[in-house]
Amino acid sequence: MRVIPAHLVLADGTTFEGEAAGWSPPGGVTAGEIVFNTVMTGYQEVITDPSYAGQIITFTYPHIGNYGVTGADNESRRPFCRGIVVRRLARRPSNWRATGSLDDFLVEHQIPAITGIDTRRLTRHLRERGAMPAVFGTAPLDELQAAAAAATGTDGMDFVREVTTEAAFTVPAADGAGGADGTRRRRVVAYDYGIKSSILTELSRIAEVEVVPADTPAAEVLARQPDGVFLSNGPGDPAALDWAVQDVRDLVDKVPIFGICLGHQLLGTALGGTTFKLRFGHHGGNQPILRRDTGAVEIASHNHNYALDPASLPGVEITHVNLNDQTVGGVRDRDRWCFGVQYHPEAGPGPHDPRYLFGLFADLMDDFSARDEAPPIESAEHGSDG
Amino acid sequence: MGRREDLDTILVIGSGPIVIGQACEFDYSGTQACRVLREEGYRVVLANSNPATIMTDPEFADATYIEPLDAEVIERIIARERPDALLPTLGGQTALNLAMELVAAGVLDRYGVELIGANAEAIATAEDRQRFKEAMIEIGLSVPVSATAHTLEEAMGLLDDVGLPVIIRPAYILGGRGTGIAATVDQFRELAGLGLDASPISEILIERSIAGWKEFELEVMRDKADNCVVVCSIENVDPMGVHTGDSITVAPAQTLSDVEYQAMRDASFACMRRVGVETGGSNVQFALNPANGDMVVIEMNPRVSRSSALASKATGFPIAKIAARLAVGYTLDEITNDITRATPASFEPVIDYVVTKVPRWAFEKFPGTTGVLGTQMQSVGEVMAIGRTFAESVQKAMRSLEQGRFGLNTDPGEAVWDALDDDALLARIAVPTDTRLFGVEAALRRGLSVEQVHEWTRIDPWFLDEIQLLGLERADLAQIGLDAMERADWRRTKQLGFSDAQLAWLWSVDEEQVRVAREAAGVFPTYKTVDTCAAEFAAETPYYYSTWEDEDEVPAATRPRIIILGSGPNRIGQGIEFDYCCVHACFALDAAGFDTVMVNCNPETVSTDYDTSSRLYFEPLTPEDVRNVIVAEQRSGDLVGVIVALGGQTPLKLSGILPPELVLGTSAAAIDSAEDRELWNALCARLEIPQPAGGVAATIDEALAVTRRVGYPVLVRPSYVLGGRAMQIVYEEAGLRSAMQELTLAGSLGREGGLSAERPVLIDRFLEDATEVDVDAIRDAGGEVLIGGIMEHVEEAGVHSGDSACVLPPVHLSAETLAVLERYTAELATALDVKGLINVQYAVKAGQVFVLEANPRASRTVPFVAKATGVPLAKVAARVMAGASLATLRAEGVLKPPVRGGHVAVKEAVLPFSRFPGADAVLGPEMRSTGEVMGIDATFGLAFAKSQLAAGTRLPSKGTVFMSLADRDKQMGVEAARRFVALGLEVVATDGTAHALRDAGVPVRQVIAKLGEPGTNAVQLIATGQIDLVFNSPRGHGARADGGHIREAATLHRVPLLTTGAAGVAAAAGMADWAEHRLSVRSLQELHAAPAPDDQLALPL
Ligand SMILES: Nc1ncnc2c1ncn2[C@@H]1O[C@H](COP(=O)(O)OP(=O)(O)O)[C@@H](O)[C@H]1O
Ligand SMILES: Nc1ncnc2c1ncn2[C@@H]1O[C@H](COP(=O)(O)OP(=O)(O)O)[C@@H](O)[C@H]1O
Ligand SMILES: [Mg+2]
Ligand SMILES: [Mg+2]
Repeated sequence: MRVIPAHLVLADGTTFEGEAAGWSPPGGVTAGEIVFNTVMTGYQEVITDPSYAGQIITFTYPHIGNYGVTGADNESRRPFCRGIVVRRLARRPSNWRATGSLDDFLVEHQIPAITGIDTRRLTRHLRERGAMPAVFGTAPLDELQAAAAAATGTDGMDFVREVTTEAAFTVPAADGAGGADGTRRRRVVAYDYGIKSSILTELSRIAEVEVVPADTPAAEVLARQPDGVFLSNGPGDPAALDWAVQDVRDLVDKVPIFGICLGHQLLGTALGGTTFKLRFGHHGGNQPILRRDTGAVEIASHNHNYALDPASLPGVEITHVNLNDQTVGGVRDRDRWCFGVQYHPEAGPGPHDPRYLFGLFADLMDDFSARDEAPPIESAEHGSDG
Repeated sequence: MGRREDLDTILVIGSGPIVIGQACEFDYSGTQACRVLREEGYRVVLANSNPATIMTDPEFADATYIEPLDAEVIERIIARERPDALLPTLGGQTALNLAMELVAAGVLDRYGVELIGANAEAIATAEDRQRFKEAMIEIGLSVPVSATAHTLEEAMGLLDDVGLPVIIRPAYILGGRGTGIAATVDQFRELAGLGLDASPISEILIERSIAGWKEFELEVMRDKADNCVVVCSIENVDPMGVHTGDSITVAPAQTLSDVEYQAMRDASFACMRRVGVETGGSNVQFALNPANGDMVVIEMNPRVSRSSALASKATGFPIAKIAARLAVGYTLDEITNDITRATPASFEPVIDYVVTKVPRWAFEKFPGTTGVLGTQMQSVGEVMAIGRTFAESVQKAMRSLEQGRFGLNTDPGEAVWDALDDDALLARIAVPTDTRLFGVEAALRRGLSVEQVHEWTRIDPWFLDEIQLLGLERADLAQIGLDAMERADWRRTKQLGFSDAQLAWLWSVDEEQVRVAREAAGVFPTYKTVDTCAAEFAAETPYYYSTWEDEDEVPAATRPRIIILGSGPNRIGQGIEFDYCCVHACFALDAAGFDTVMVNCNPETVSTDYDTSSRLYFEPLTPEDVRNVIVAEQRSGDLVGVIVALGGQTPLKLSGILPPELVLGTSAAAIDSAEDRELWNALCARLEIPQPAGGVAATIDEALAVTRRVGYPVLVRPSYVLGGRAMQIVYEEAGLRSAMQELTLAGSLGREGGLSAERPVLIDRFLEDATEVDVDAIRDAGGEVLIGGIMEHVEEAGVHSGDSACVLPPVHLSAETLAVLERYTAELATALDVKGLINVQYAVKAGQVFVLEANPRASRTVPFVAKATGVPLAKVAARVMAGASLATLRAEGVLKPPVRGGHVAVKEAVLPFSRFPGADAVLGPEMRSTGEVMGIDATFGLAFAKSQLAAGTRLPSKGTVFMSLADRDKQMGVEAARRFVALGLEVVATDGTAHALRDAGVPVRQVIAKLGEPGTNAVQLIATGQIDLVFNSPRGHGARADGGHIREAATLHRVPLLTTGAAGVAAAAGMADWAEHRLSVRSLQELHAAPAPDDQLALPL
């Protein structure tokens, strides 16, 4: 069994032995900010989630690739992550849905991988010292160590421009996605900061979706006269996206807004809040979110390195809290017709518990369009199971 | 919200004796529940008939009733204790069915007892297959095509609607009892009848068979605020058609995409919500069509199950503990995660390793069984193994089984598979058996393709591909050879789970050379932690497994450490009693200031709950793995020593690899001198303690020489084997020859190494009509000997001590005999320089005491003696082995004098014959019981009657007794028959027995024809319900001794069956006492506090 030795070197010099797999980059070096993700299923959705642009994904679950790959599981047109670190890559896929092996998929999309790594040792290291830049590959060790010392992370980096769609496109509403009065279909304009396809699937259940590039001016969005604006997930540091926040500020109060992950952070910033970097982020599908108004606990999928600082949003209601570390899970400003969640109700991968949130967005839009006749009702809180 | 304040006393029902399909996982769950409920401040009343469990120790509940798990008895307990609530979901199917019986009889309403953890409606919806099917269809989940029948006629009529092949699935069962797949109409008629019999409400589901589909299980939990979480997903390696309990299973699921897994997760919550399990855990089973992903729901167990114990150990998430808290009102987010101590329990565990569970069977003990696996559970125990990959995990699991295998082949045992040609091999692995996976590896290693092996076995190609990897690695290893192995080679091969023993066998070197070379290359084991969160949070709880990567997580420790070796998978002859001793050693030594380090690989037991010891290594009990733990612990702190004497035969066999100074308690040499025949005979001779005459033989000629000297009958058995394995009573030379042949390599014992000079056959004169006696004692280093308990066996010697009932205190032994027994025991303990426990077995024949064997280790009876006498023998023994004297332990109050309440305790064995209809339900020198029950009452008769009720033998108070006895039992038969007649029962008998009874003046209503003779015979009478008690002892010596059909009919139609003269006499005494005294119940706490009998006269019974 031919094995090509490779090494993973972190910015602080910590070195791991492994073997090369997937695509082999020309210089034998791949760089990026390294994070770990604890999902046990859904590796293709994770690898193709644009929010990982600029990052190297470590899977804590040791067997990756067991059920192969299939087009239906892609979360965007191609993977944007820099590479993956796994303990063991499956030699052959076994599942009726599979159209190919993960290794071939990685080669096809030029995504390098390193296997045989003690991923638990790596995870414990990142847990203590935080996510950091890292490199891996087949290049000589000293070359890798030099590259690791020079590698940059994602702090202050804007990766949205790399992943957003060049041109606007429309996703038709699924059947049964009628408007509140059943006559007119809702229309949503969705900012694509790295939008996942499973978000489009969920939005199309409640509306027709017009996806626009990340730098589309607010005026152009309003000109489309949407029933609501959606701010998508995306990669990188929210603090580096003032240009995007400005458009959000211009839209607040004029149209109902729902943000997920980066979109939630941009909305929070537009409402006057600030964000901070978590030590190693939340990347997994098993985290508990407390929904404050009902006391229910949702198990939800997470993928973020930054969070909103609750102290920086005095006037805004904190609707959801992550029970593992009390960080902000969701915010709402009822009077300004906008709300956002830090985690992923669309799942892709992960639990379906928080899917009701798309229903709340539909209700918000219907209430907003009905408001011209009557002032916003204080407790206009509709259907918990949207 | 928090716990409910309106409840004060909670009744918990245990699961009774260990039986196939319902084993010690319920002692684990019950113990956790009792602990948690008392921590929450509730008064806990426990009802459980099993003395061998930790749960029935008086310290675990406020009122512990070791009483039969019978509706009438439970009602008596409820009347006395007036509990506010009954928690029925932690005692397996027994507790659930009993709770339903109490609900139906209106007992709970009458005494105002609320059912918590599950309501009657939910239990009915889950357990009644038809109602469950309707509920699932109602919420849009698909189920296989099926129809329900309550009678055979109805069933035959419905067959065409479903269409063969079908599976018969009875309602209210566990462990697949009464299930079976029928391919033909005849098979269907037979299986439908058996299924109707097996279901308490005689209802069966006739369902289209989807054998071959993939089978999955999800362990889910729900709280009263409707929060649901999946604790663990489990994928069965063996496809649908092999019961989950008899399948090799892996956690988490390996071949489900996220889309399929989330659909299954949503379905399991929908199922739990519709069935109505409001608080607690459930196991939901699914089948998936590998061709197109169609998913159907198979069943749901609305309670903690065998899989919950596996899921708890596989993830570190203590399901039973949390289920108990949810039952009293907490929500998941109000409970903290024990392991991280920072995060709430309302999350879903993620793991960064692979867990493999492999069942262990005992087919060799049940001649007449085929060893083919199916929808009915037949395994007696299981092992679990943790590795960073499936290959490492499955190899570790295979060497954990202690069946002579070093891993998944690459050892002597593989020869039997490699000898087959391709067609024969493929045909063999197409049939699921207890050793099939070894055949699968052999097939893949010789180059048969994954597709081909999948075609014949339906095992998922992913598992086959990972197993094929082992064959490829082995080919490399054979080519590289020991001397050329580099560091990278050692890492790669150890990461694939290859043990040093496998490599030594492959390279024909000894294991030591492999270890030395590997360590010289710098490759050492690394221990990683089970922490529910894949290292996302710092884990507080030390629960480790070994693997071969970069980082070792075992920290330094301050307190002196004692390693306790567990007993591995349950097996007949070595079960929960030894786990009881190991767990009590942890409690006692922890209290005395030691860190206790548990090493075990049984996922069902309390010993592998990370809360039991200071540190838990979930590891195989093999020389290599145990040595690695010792090295890790010596590196981590001051290792005082290793306890090998509490886990039964398994740790004892390991004592040889330990440096003598590390073995705590009795030395390995002393243990060997009790096991080695010559040393033992010399010792008895020196002490002038009589033994049955006997000798040692390695060949047939030597055997014949011994029998010429001692005369027949003789007892023939292999040495160094526990549980009377392969023992036979031989009455003449022909029997001797076949017995010797059985013990050679070709015989069933071939797997365990067969016959050789070092492993001779022991031949002893068989003492007929002798009373067997068990004595448990403790000796400290200073030489003081404490007699823990003397137990007189009800069945005569010749029925293995583990299978016969016994009574404490003894009833028929004279004061002189008792004095001799105590003296011999003390002399033997002193001669063997015992430090800790010793169990000595005697046979008393006509007043003369013969010693049969001495075991300088814990025995099966230690928990029974502790509960009967109130003396915590296991705790005392552990402290003595760690150097404490009995005097110190008295001063500390650990060692208390035995209770003087005057009650009598009877232990009765519980046998699995109903699971093996092909095997004859007769007792012999080879142990076959899986569990035990205990009856305690004022007289031997009452206690024996209770023990029979607890064991499922409901002695009748009226009706007809059928008697047919061997000549040697006729005298006892007369004595018993007199009592039956005096109680108003009528006796019918076969002519020999009838003749003897009438000669003694006992009226016999009718003489019954023998099988094959004209006239109605006993089997017809039993089958038509005309017999209320069968008293039949086998006449002949062969396996199918005369009367086998009668005993089989009695077991099948659940008519009480007594198979020895002694049991008949004891039963008659019990029935007589019961006629006079109303059934009374007492808690263990009351019995232990009761004053001596003469001060007791004032007390009402
Ligand atoms: N329709 C079916 N076709 C084939 N095998 C089945 C079917 N239903 C159940 N089985 C097999 O029978 C086993 C026992 O059935 P189950 O309902 O789980 O019994 P129990 O309640 O005793 O656990 C299952 O584990 C599965 O392997
Ligand atoms: N010489 C004997 N005469 C009569 N019965 C015997 C004799 N030796 C053993 N037995 C019976 O066989 C059973 C098992 O024998 P034992 O030596 O205790 O083996 P084990 O080590 O399996 O307990 C005993 O419990 C006893 O009933
Ligand atoms: Mg089942
Ligand atoms: Mg014995």
